[in-house]
This record gives sequence, structure tokens and C-alpha cells, in this order.
Amino acid sequence: MLDVFYLPLIGGVLIGLAAGGLYLLAGEIAGVTGIVRRAVTGPSRSWALAFVAGMMAAGAVAALAGSHDWLAGIARSSLPLLALAGLLVGIGTDMANGCTSGHGVCGLSRLSRRSLVAVATFMATGVVTVFVVRHVLGGAA
Amino acid sequence: MRVAICFLVGLLFGTGLAVSGMTSPDKVLGFLDLAGAWDPSLAFVMGGAVLSAAPLYWLARRRARPVAGTMFDQPSATAIDARLIGGSALFGLGWGLAGICPGPALVGLAIDPPALAVFVLAMLAGAILSGRFTRRNP
Repeated sequence: MLDVFYLPLIGGVLIGLAAGGLYLLAGEIAGVTGIVRRAVTGPSRSWALAFVAGMMAAGAVAALAGSHDWLAGIARSSLPLLALAGLLVGIGTDMANGCTSGHGVCGLSRLSRRSLVAVATFMATGVVTVFVVRHVLGGAA
Repeated sequence: MRVAICFLVGLLFGTGLAVSGMTSPDKVLGFLDLAGAWDPSLAFVMGGAVLSAAPLYWLARRRARPVAGTMFDQPSATAIDARLIGGSALFGLGWGLAGICPGPALVGLAIDPPALAVFVLAMLAGAILSGRFTRRNP
């Protein structure tokens, strides 16, 4: 099945065009962590709010676009687990000043050593977490 | 102008996340599950994104100012310190628990509001807690 890799590749190219485009056109880094922080606390909230609104609109379009399960697997996480995961993601990305988009896409594209260390670290703890949950505890996360 | 550009770019970014599979916890956790039936597809997301973003960053570096703006944001932090590594480690832990990172969480808000609202509110609370108790880089 070709779609195993071509949809991820096409999606990745769109993400990269958006991230590079935001920098070339508006001079801003497309890190979702930083943009959400800007949208909530400022300074210069308007562009950040517009970006967040655009992302949410993409979800609305996807929801209207039909039967594809865009969030496949979300139902296996209970609400308390989602709250715990969200809390950890919020604390971690604020401390590290970035997440998958800021460090992963923008930072690696700019050849930032700091971002390379961040990506290697969160990939490693993500892999260990999934290993422990799935293969040590045997739960269905 | 700037606001319209940022909305459209956010729309493109969110579309890319949905098309790529990054909004699916099954896909994300399958990618992180090296010991199970490993799903390598998300490596193509990161690869495609870096390959298409890098030339645009290169173009930007040759300009004095962005097309619609006064200056380029230049991340000033260069230190590889405990805050960066500890924060990234916690982020990976949370990402591995539910298979959701901040971008897909925002895209998912309109698709499954109750579940993603819980995640996003907890994420905002976490960021506020972090901002209050740990010092931020300038």
C-alpha cells in the first residue's frame, strides 16, 4: 500500500511549506508551543491567534470532509489519561521552548544544535514510554 | 495582510498535519513503538517537512526583512541545558502516553471537541505552571 508513505510525505511537505512560508512571509517561527503562548499572553497576539484559528479551521474542514478517522486511536485514552498527557506536554514544551513543530520542523530546518538535542530527547522518552506502556505494563495506550 | 497570511498558513499547516497522519494517536504511537509492529511512516512526515522548509528558510536568510513584516524572529537561546533536556524528556513522556502533540491537539479540537479540549486545557495549565515555577529563557 503506497499510501503508507505517500500521504505522510505529502502531509510533511505541506507542513514544511507552511513552516518555511510563515518565516519567509511573516518572519515568525512556526512552533506551535510558542504560537499558543503568544496567542494567550502576547506580545503581538493577532497573528498568533490567526494562525491558531487557521489550524482549528483545518480540523473543521477535515471533520466535514467525510468519514476518515482523523484521530484514529484517540478513544483508547481515558479523559484522565488525556489530562495527564496534556499537562506533561504543556510543562515540557514550555520548559524546552518548543515541541515537534518548533524544534522538530523549524529547528532542524535551521540546523539548530539545540533543536537536534531536543528532538533526540523527546523521541527517546516517547519510545521508552510506549515500550513501558505496551510491552512492560501491557496496557492499551 | 499579516493576519490573513498567518490564518492561511495555519490552515495549510493544520491540513498537512491531518493528511500526514500526525493527528492519529494510532499512527504516532505505532511510530514510537520500536519493539512492536513498527510503523515508519511518520519519519516521512519529518523528512518531507524539513526538505520543503529548508529552502524557504534559505531564501529568507538572503532577505533583509520578511515579505509582510519588519523583522525575522531569531531564536536567541543557544544553551543546551538541563531545562531544554528535562523539558523535552517530559514532553516525550506525555507524547508517548496519548500520542498527541500540541499542533495535532489544536487541529483535533474541531474533530473531537471533548477529548481534545481536556488535553488542550491541561496543556495550557501545564505551560502556566512551568512559566510560574521555572525561569524562562529571554
